[in-house]
Amino acid sequence: MSATLARVEPSIAGVGDYIELMKPRVMSLVVFTALVGMLIAPGHVHPVIGLAALICIAVGAGAAGALNMCYDADIDARMARTAGRPIPRGRITPGEAAGFGMTLAGFAIVSLGLLVNLVAAALLAFTIAFYAVIYTIWLKRSTPQNIVIGGAAGALPPVIGWAAATGSVAVEPILLFLIIFFWTPPHFWALSLYRVDDYARAGIPMLPVVAGDRETRRQIVLYTAILAPLGAVPWLLGYAGATYGLAALVLGAVMIALALRLRAEQRGQAASRQMFAFSILYLFLLFAMLLVDRMSGMAFGHFAAS
Amino acid sequence: MTLSLPMEEFTKPSTSEATPPVGVRLTEQQLRARRARSIAIALALGAFVIVVFLVTIVRLGSNLATRPM
Repeated sequence: MSATLARVEPSIAGVGDYIELMKPRVMSLVVFTALVGMLIAPGHVHPVIGLAALICIAVGAGAAGALNMCYDADIDARMARTAGRPIPRGRITPGEAAGFGMTLAGFAIVSLGLLVNLVAAALLAFTIAFYAVIYTIWLKRSTPQNIVIGGAAGALPPVIGWAAATGSVAVEPILLFLIIFFWTPPHFWALSLYRVDDYARAGIPMLPVVAGDRETRRQIVLYTAILAPLGAVPWLLGYAGATYGLAALVLGAVMIALALRLRAEQRGQAASRQMFAFSILYLFLLFAMLLVDRMSGMAFGHFAAS
Repeated sequence: MTLSLPMEEFTKPSTSEATPPVGVRLTEQQLRARRARSIAIALALGAFVIVVFLVTIVRLGSNLATRPM
């Protein structure tokens, strides 16, 4: 009898490979924005409940990242930026990533529901499903609006944080959602401008691949023009104090200046790299200022409680 | 990553003492990786138990002392 069996080689994946599968950099931004959503909410969250909620949100974000890497393994292997991920490198199989992601997602959602509240758990479940199914499976390979619509998944963590603290959703976290939602296109399109060859090779219809360099730069300016004033709306509506308002206006002005420089530069890469780097700093500082504002007793919770 | 093996390799080992045991033998690297993963899972489960315990205590709060006996 000379039949052969194909079997999977025993795994050599280390703990670091699984951590990498959870996209730790994305996770850190998710945790930070969720923390801000939680801390600016009215009332008091017990630190233990808050910590449990943040762990569940972080694990949920990691689960979404693992499911994304599982489905995108083929295109990740064709892009220089992602070719070093655990699945393209052969450290983890797509099946292992899928099992890991589904297990983490189940744990995170059920734990958030049992330990914190059902509204936050439902929002987390929706976010993971939106990112893994709507964005990864459907939008990413089919439309240049992929990161515009898909950006909703990345914009939800502050809403989940708020829901974890209050058990409900209000106008304030929806404003934070909108800020991240309109921040996402300039952020990712700036990246895709200097990674356009990568995206083209992988067959992903990012805006620069489909509509060209010039149109992408124009749309970055448009979205930044919406984002900059939107960042100041929490202050204009009285949900945040003047310190935050001033910071939002200054940061927004810098974003607009960088976007205009990007449009003026046309085919170069320096401005797009700078725009991408500053956009991360922009979001971090904007949300950090909300926290500072809250700590000084002038933010959402203060106004909502009064 | 797949590996083609002859079917004989999966057959039941002989009862003869001279025949070495047949099965999957892990390399040093695979053993190290499995041990690291096992420790990480143990730590994660331990952390999960602690979080559930602490949240339970916080949720029960002073009600623990006033519960009907």
